[in-house]
Amino acid sequence: MSYIIITLVGAVLVNNFVLSRFLGCCPFLGVSKKLDTALGMSGAVVFVMTIASAVTWCLDHWLLTPNGLGYIHTLAFILVIAALVQFIDIAMKKFVPPLHAALGIFLPLITTNCAVLGAAELNYKQGLGFVPSVFFSFAAAVGFGFALVLFSGIREKLAHADPPRCFRGIALALVTGGLLALAFMGFSGLDKGIERILK
Amino acid sequence: MTMAILCIAGVGLVAAVVLAIADRYLSVREDPRIGMVTAALPGANCGGCGFPGCDGYARALVAGTAPNGACAAGGEACAAEIAKILGVAAVATERRVALVKCCGTRSEAIRVGDYNGICDCNVAAATAGGDKGCTYGCLGYGACANVCPKGAISIRDGLAKVDKRLCIGCGKCVTACPKKIIELVPASATIHVLCANPDKGPQVRKVCGVGCMGCHLCEKNSGGKEAGHFTFQGFLAKVNYENPPTDEQIVAKCPAKCMSVDPHFETGH
Repeated sequence: MSYIIITLVGAVLVNNFVLSRFLGCCPFLGVSKKLDTALGMSGAVVFVMTIASAVTWCLDHWLLTPNGLGYIHTLAFILVIAALVQFIDIAMKKFVPPLHAALGIFLPLITTNCAVLGAAELNYKQGLGFVPSVFFSFAAAVGFGFALVLFSGIREKLAHADPPRCFRGIALALVTGGLLALAFMGFSGLDKGIERILK
Repeated sequence: MTMAILCIAGVGLVAAVVLAIADRYLSVREDPRIGMVTAALPGANCGGCGFPGCDGYARALVAGTAPNGACAAGGEACAAEIAKILGVAAVATERRVALVKCCGTRSEAIRVGDYNGICDCNVAAATAGGDKGCTYGCLGYGACANVCPKGAISIRDGLAKVDKRLCIGCGKCVTACPKKIIELVPASATIHVLCANPDKGPQVRKVCGVGCMGCHLCEKNSGGKEAGHFTFQGFLAKVNYENPPTDEQIVAKCPAKCMSVDPHFETGH
């Protein structure tokens, strides 16, 4: 139980993928103009990241590490993730059309998303077991979605503002993203604190 | 080294085979006409037809649940092409463009307040109806220009103006305008009444130098009531776009100067 809480707090608030590891900045800026697209993208990322980490864990533990090929894991992971997302796209269209209608347009965007690869990389580096690595990826994806939804909420409000011409659009979005990252710095050490309390 | 190459090649091969099998056995059979109709549509995804994007409209067309000709952006040529694909008769549609029914510029229409809030008509209208003396007139804070997918609307001298050549008639500005003074009119119509104030003449004159007073002179000059070129709502003349007037003389004879010949072209980029 304490493991679940610590991992969730750590991945969502303290080491947020977008705001403190700076992974997945492209969709963070690209699909954050409207709240509903941000929610769709978040759902797709949670879905893909959880499955991708399970598949890459199997690949690493059953094929790469036994053969002493750990050094090419990045190459193998990106290959498998890209193929996996394509496969999910096809399978989803066939078996769960409503889910495909909701998340379908975001799936091609995730094919080479660095957040997905980043989660697999971190799992590899930390040497976690199967269930912990899948859960860590899920929590990290939730953190990504959390940041994306927060940011799109702010941007929707900011659309009414009247900033100087040079700040309009992506410039203001970058400044806002920076401030949001600064605010999230305030959470640093929170996971350690919770760990101490639970012990 | 050899092992690494074999490994990556093997992983790639397995992925390719899985994807090929998935594509063969899991692919969903779609009506090929959906793709053809989508290709025939303009692809602007403006939402003017009421469906989410061109793809949504194409699906509804193929399913037979939407009428052909709802695409204002594509116009007649697009409807004819879709009709050819679907094998049904095209519904003749005339190209429609947006018209802002107000000509009260900053010098003509008085402003009763000094508005310094958020630059958006909806916010301004919610603040005691806006700063314009005429409660029906264009506020000029660009709510319509902000939603226009083609950038066809620009604000000139406190008034929204539509560029006829860029307008695709999607109707987004019609819903965005808090004063409801934007109307989709046939692109071929040239004579328009640029006022939306139905009040009596003296009341209109108090707030605007170019407001319609309902003197019926335009109706008289265009052949009387029988000709049916104009309809009246209170003390406001409206062009009957089913039967628009063609005699441009009546514009110059309007005592209120609220009529115009082809106001669309006054903008231009």
